[in-house]
Amino acid sequence: MTALGERPAATARTGSTALDLVLRFRALGLVLALAALVAATTAVNARFLSAQSLRDLLFAAAITVLLATGMTVVVLTRGIDLSVGSVLGLSAYLTGSLLSSVGVPVPLAILTGLAVGAACGTVNGAIVHFGRVPPLVATLGTLYVFRGVVYFVAGGSRINASDLPGAFLDFGSGTVLGVPYLFALAVAVLAVVAVFLSRYRSGRDLYALGSNPEAARLSGIPAGRRLMGAYVTCGALAGLGGVLYAARFGTVDASAGYGLELDIVAAVVVGGVAIFGGSGTVVGAGLGALLLAVINNALPVLSVSQFWQQAIVGALILAAIALDRLVGARTARALRRKAAADAD
Amino acid sequence: MRLGASLAAEIQPDPGPAVPVAALRGVAKRFGAVKALTDAHLELHGGETHALVGENGAGKSTLIKILAGLYRPDAGSIEIDGRRVEFDGTAAAAAAGIAVIYQEPALFGDLTVAENIFIGRQPRGRFGMIDRAEMNRRAAALFERLGVALDPDRPAKGLSIADQQLIEIAGAISVDARVLVMDEPTAALSGVEAERLFGVVEGLREAGTAVLFISHRFDEVEALCQRVTVMRDGAHVSTDPMDAVTVDELIGRMVGRSFEAMFPHRSTEPGPAVLEVDRLRRGGLAGEVSFSVRAGEIVALAGLVGAGRSEVVQAVFGIEPRDSGTVRVDGRRLPSGRPQAAMAAGVALVPEDRRQQGLLLDLSIMRNATLVRRKSLARFGFLTGRAERREAAEWTARLRTRYGSLHDAAGTLSGGNQQKVVLAKWLSTDPKVLIVDEPTRGIDVATKAEVHRLLSDLAADGVAVLMVSSELLEVLGMADRVLVMREGSIAGELDRDRATEESVMRLATGQEAPA
Repeated sequence: MTALGERPAATARTGSTALDLVLRFRALGLVLALAALVAATTAVNARFLSAQSLRDLLFAAAITVLLATGMTVVVLTRGIDLSVGSVLGLSAYLTGSLLSSVGVPVPLAILTGLAVGAACGTVNGAIVHFGRVPPLVATLGTLYVFRGVVYFVAGGSRINASDLPGAFLDFGSGTVLGVPYLFALAVAVLAVVAVFLSRYRSGRDLYALGSNPEAARLSGIPAGRRLMGAYVTCGALAGLGGVLYAARFGTVDASAGYGLELDIVAAVVVGGVAIFGGSGTVVGAGLGALLLAVINNALPVLSVSQFWQQAIVGALILAAIALDRLVGARTARALRRKAAADAD
Repeated sequence: MRLGASLAAEIQPDPGPAVPVAALRGVAKRFGAVKALTDAHLELHGGETHALVGENGAGKSTLIKILAGLYRPDAGSIEIDGRRVEFDGTAAAAAAGIAVIYQEPALFGDLTVAENIFIGRQPRGRFGMIDRAEMNRRAAALFERLGVALDPDRPAKGLSIADQQLIEIAGAISVDARVLVMDEPTAALSGVEAERLFGVVEGLREAGTAVLFISHRFDEVEALCQRVTVMRDGAHVSTDPMDAVTVDELIGRMVGRSFEAMFPHRSTEPGPAVLEVDRLRRGGLAGEVSFSVRAGEIVALAGLVGAGRSEVVQAVFGIEPRDSGTVRVDGRRLPSGRPQAAMAAGVALVPEDRRQQGLLLDLSIMRNATLVRRKSLARFGFLTGRAERREAAEWTARLRTRYGSLHDAAGTLSGGNQQKVVLAKWLSTDPKVLIVDEPTRGIDVATKAEVHRLLSDLAADGVAVLMVSSELLEVLGMADRVLVMREGSIAGELDRDRATEESVMRLATGQEAPA
């Protein structure tokens, strides 16, 4: 062997810390944007920071945070689930009618919502995995199918708050230490999923699948099982979202959750989850959902028109993607430099 | 060899009878109408490195994929320790102790180095959670055993191919693989990196691993392997102890015809300098580079991977902007960072990675071959198809490209034929300066010889050829002058008479002449 080959093994460790910083910076950036927005709005109208107003904000954010968590799991695998709005609607209506007509206990209603969502997710996963249909197309199809089912079941009727048990509505409007139950539940789910994704083998498999599907196949990762798992999780969380929706609003008709899917995708993208899979965290997606909720609540206070609200959300999405590109290019360059330095 | 000693001490090689660790018997596999394998045989013994040679398309890759559990054979059997087995997936093959390192490393760019090694087998601590600290420790220990410095905690994205391969080898060692299959592992490595890899392989072999080594480089096969199997057209041709056959015999069996000189002889007087590069600097390149290439001359840029050879040619062609310095073609300055300008001035670049940079794999052979000439083939701004077809047919025929139809996707071709399509694409522009980056990487001997003859013919026609190559034999056989790069600048220049394996390597590694 030559002199170079017998170089002693000295492990340098710089590149990863730089990358960590960037990733932490990403979450930090979201937090800073949130803080800046809240500060600016409060300056205009001090009541924006009142307990009541914050509670409203968390109520509004709970469902998006929950659904963004599920969506992240799917997006990490290079997928997308456009049917979440319809799944939410279906679950909300079915649990609502179970509660109002049959009078099942609340925990059973929650389980029903989860089961309905999981069933929808199974359909999505099966079409994507066994049918080899691109997720965008598959879930665009089920978006309409599931919504059609809601219309079929509901017809023109709707469920009113007066039909629902009081305990259920209390769960929807109650708070603990000023935090709505719904938001606490969403955050708890997010925490569980976050730990699963970062610390469990099957969670890491999802990143691997999104990062390099071919390599995943070569290394024997059970792609089918993992994909099904991702879509079932996303569906189940959308189903749970339906239960929260019914509990919070009390009134459910066939259009519940209509158009919600794009808000969720927006939250996930703004939260730094790569739309082509392989990188991102549910914490980021949760922060993204929170940021969008703050924007929606703050802009009316700042008397910004509806049109601008949408434009600002759009600009945020573009900014998030631009930032990804920039960070990606910079990290790649930094890694190359480091590799060159290591080779010396 | 430090590694070999330590491994041998840990695991006693099995002195038992000659039951092969793994064997393939009478294996056949077809894809649609294509018979990839008709009658393949292979026996792998512990403590032995077994070479598998054959032209591209001989069925080596299919054989490996059957061994890896990726394909199921249509006929024949797989045996492990003499017992017949069936693999229903890569996981089953891995469980049987077979580890495969593919030609193109398949890593997860978003995951860390350590995760890439342990994916699906990450060490777990409390509540079944992944113990990242332990995983990084184990990865570091593996790298220590391999004698390399890699940070386990950095993302795999951005690593050199050599490092990526080491990650895969670390993965194979981590499961104590009994059979290690390496599909052209050195195709993308420089001399030193290949040496390092051989050290690792030799250590594993001494420790009792059965190694299957696939390579187009006979010097490596001879140095490393104890037994060699030749395949042709999907079938077993011969298996012999390495010292019982000569390279010429092997090549004869591979191609089924006698071997001609790999490197055609040329005797043309070079003309005036066509390409002049003066004090070129760019990011990612530590030093400054000046050189020139004359008409009718083949100049090789040699050096280790990472010495900056590809960076130089990319800056010359304008794919990456340069920070300072000038590039002239026929005395006219090329603007920085504008490949269109370089193309207009008559420069053509055949890139290093044909799958990623040279070809649009999903498009037809015809589209690929005529891609850079869209404008000149169009009438009133529309591509009519006829002119495209004519051009593509002419050039692919001149390069003796083998394909089914011009409308087949370029991705369906074998490596050698893909490379010919890339060459056809650029030669059809009638270049004055042809830059080729690793022109024969991963292609078979016969096609290699054709590419070499082609480059010689072009030089004889007065084209200035600048060639980047990691294959020393190719550099020495082809080049009129060899420029050796080290750490971003040119360490020295050798003309044909003075360029030897030793002199080039000495310049490339920066070693002093032996006392």
